[in-house]
Amino acid sequence: MAPLLLTLLTPLIGGLALFLVRALGTAGRLNLAVSGLTLLGSLWLAWTVAQVEIVAGLGFRVDAFNVYLIVLTAFVGLTTAIFSRPYMEHVQASGRISVLNLRLYHGLYQAFILTMLVALSTDNLGVLWVAVEGATLATVLLVSLYRTPEAVEAAWKYFILCGVGIALALFGTVLTYFAAQLVLADTESGLTWSVLHAHAAALDPTVMRIAFVFLLVGYGTKVGLVPMHQWLPDAHSEGPTPMSAVLSGLLLNVALYAVVRLKMLVDGSLAATDTPYLAGALLMGFGLVSFVVAALFLHLQRDIKRLFSYSSIEHMGLMTFAFGVGGPPATFGALLHMLVHSLTKSAIFVTVGHATHLAGTQSIERIRGLIRTQPAIGWSLLFGVVAIAGFPPFGVFTSEFLLLTATMQTYPWFTVVLLSGLAIAFAGLFRHLHPMVYGTAPEGQMPVSANLLPVLVHLGLVLWLGLSIPGFLAEWLDRATTMITGGGLL
Amino acid sequence: MSLAVMPLLQQFVVLMAALALFLSFVLLAQTRLVAAIHVFAWQGALVAAVTFTVALTGHAGHLYFSALLTLTLKALLIPWMLHRLVRRLGLERHTEHLRHPALVVMAGVALVIFSYWLVLPMVEQGLAFTRNIIAVSLALVLIGLLMMVFRHQAVAQVLGFMSMENGLFLAAVSATSGMPLVVELGVAFDLLVAMVLFGVFFFQIRESIDSLDVDRLNRLKEVE
Repeated sequence: MAPLLLTLLTPLIGGLALFLVRALGTAGRLNLAVSGLTLLGSLWLAWTVAQVEIVAGLGFRVDAFNVYLIVLTAFVGLTTAIFSRPYMEHVQASGRISVLNLRLYHGLYQAFILTMLVALSTDNLGVLWVAVEGATLATVLLVSLYRTPEAVEAAWKYFILCGVGIALALFGTVLTYFAAQLVLADTESGLTWSVLHAHAAALDPTVMRIAFVFLLVGYGTKVGLVPMHQWLPDAHSEGPTPMSAVLSGLLLNVALYAVVRLKMLVDGSLAATDTPYLAGALLMGFGLVSFVVAALFLHLQRDIKRLFSYSSIEHMGLMTFAFGVGGPPATFGALLHMLVHSLTKSAIFVTVGHATHLAGTQSIERIRGLIRTQPAIGWSLLFGVVAIAGFPPFGVFTSEFLLLTATMQTYPWFTVVLLSGLAIAFAGLFRHLHPMVYGTAPEGQMPVSANLLPVLVHLGLVLWLGLSIPGFLAEWLDRATTMITGGGLL
Repeated sequence: MSLAVMPLLQQFVVLMAALALFLSFVLLAQTRLVAAIHVFAWQGALVAAVTFTVALTGHAGHLYFSALLTLTLKALLIPWMLHRLVRRLGLERHTEHLRHPALVVMAGVALVIFSYWLVLPMVEQGLAFTRNIIAVSLALVLIGLLMMVFRHQAVAQVLGFMSMENGLFLAAVSATSGMPLVVELGVAFDLLVAMVLFGVFFFQIRESIDSLDVDRLNRLKEVE
């Protein structure tokens, strides 16, 4: 229990304290310290889970599935905090933001991390909902931080669309609770995931079927599934770059995590009916459409941050599809993909943040010759994109390869769609990347001070995961796979 | 099971829910903002009354608390906040021109029918009460959604959002005799924070486009 409390209370107390800090330098350092302590807490938690399988209590429950996401969230939270300190100083120096908003920024940053950690570790579907909605509320002011008309518009769209989506998810949650009341003796525990999971087979399939549609559309809005993805590119492109890194790298994962947890319930409930794979089929459909549409939209982008937000939609679609396919290899691949995508995507957004400082614009057409002006940024962007496009030896290749093999075994025809989608996405990314990295640098483009440590660490980890997955991690993911599908891969 | 053989309290709950649904329609086609806020407050009061009635039937003690919470939050606090915002934004006399109001009301009717159709197989094993109440709450949610889609005024959209929440709460209270207290408190807290943020956004939007007509927020495009 102690490690869990450390993980959750640190961002809570730290976040509250950060609302009070005036000086930007102090706030940045405190933010860093709080994030570091959260990471330590999560590592301790992971170590405990490795010993005792499940840490539960006070309505929280941490097992192999969510503990790796908790560590990932705390880790990316820390590296993004490292990036955000000089970044926000630069933003302040450029006068785009008021002092009040800067104070808000750090407090809300920790509030956002906190809501995600709560969503991941709670055992209660209602609290999960509250936390995911809380994550929207924590970030919505950050998206409009610069107060440009575009930023306000993006934030309003994000607020309304995610608010509506998540309201539908609440209706699904209510229906789930209703189904639980018909079978559980102790109605108070009707939203406790572990209790529900134990009684999944008894839940009324008709109610659960309808509930899952609401839940999928609701949480799917936050995952960024097409056609509920409209908020995502806007929020990513108009908000401050550290926000884009954590939105893409973490929040989408959390929403997908919720969908997968609920799918486990519905699968249990529908197993004995004539449509046992309904939930999986829905995930496959939404996932595939998102994947293909996002891959095509990559070609049309003019804004570098929108470009990579579409790449996020593409990868979330791929993961959703893989969870829909089900079975140990696809699920293992999807879990691994969640990890490597988060690491790579947040690294890319950090690089993009520096690249836009360097060029003074987010327009792809005007970002040119990064490698000539500042080789470190150019190479980082190049390697980041190579990694996200799924080239060996990076980890994304490993997980995508697993997904493709799994699809080949179960639904061979979909492999064609997946491969063409990957090729389209690859082309979309590289046609934009090449001139940005190698083109002729405009006159007078000067190097900026950049902290590429987070990028180096993230890409290093992704490379490591591509070359060899460490034993303990593989065992972890395998345990999660066993939990989700009933059988392991290893 | 026909309506006549339902216990009196259940009949009362269904009546209240039906009135709440009626108010959703009024909200949908109400052009004056201040009047719409009042309608929303009455809807909140009805939901609170339903909660109180369900608490009386003795399912769960914490429902008395929920009823009080709903009454304070949905019938008093949020309408008061909206009212104050509307006054500070100088929109007291604002009326919104609605395009095709008849069509929108028809769409609302279609949504009610759809809701009943959707829950038909769900509770076929009896329970006329549960079926009615779930269908009505779903209709409230969907009409709130419809309102957010077709109204262009930011305050009206927020009213649609909040009336969606009313529908959700109605479902939670009457079909399942209330969610666990920690969840209800969490949802209420989220709602309150959302309302404060909406207030902040009204001013940000007006600052950026000099109006609260959200249709004019159209700078961001898929492809430039």
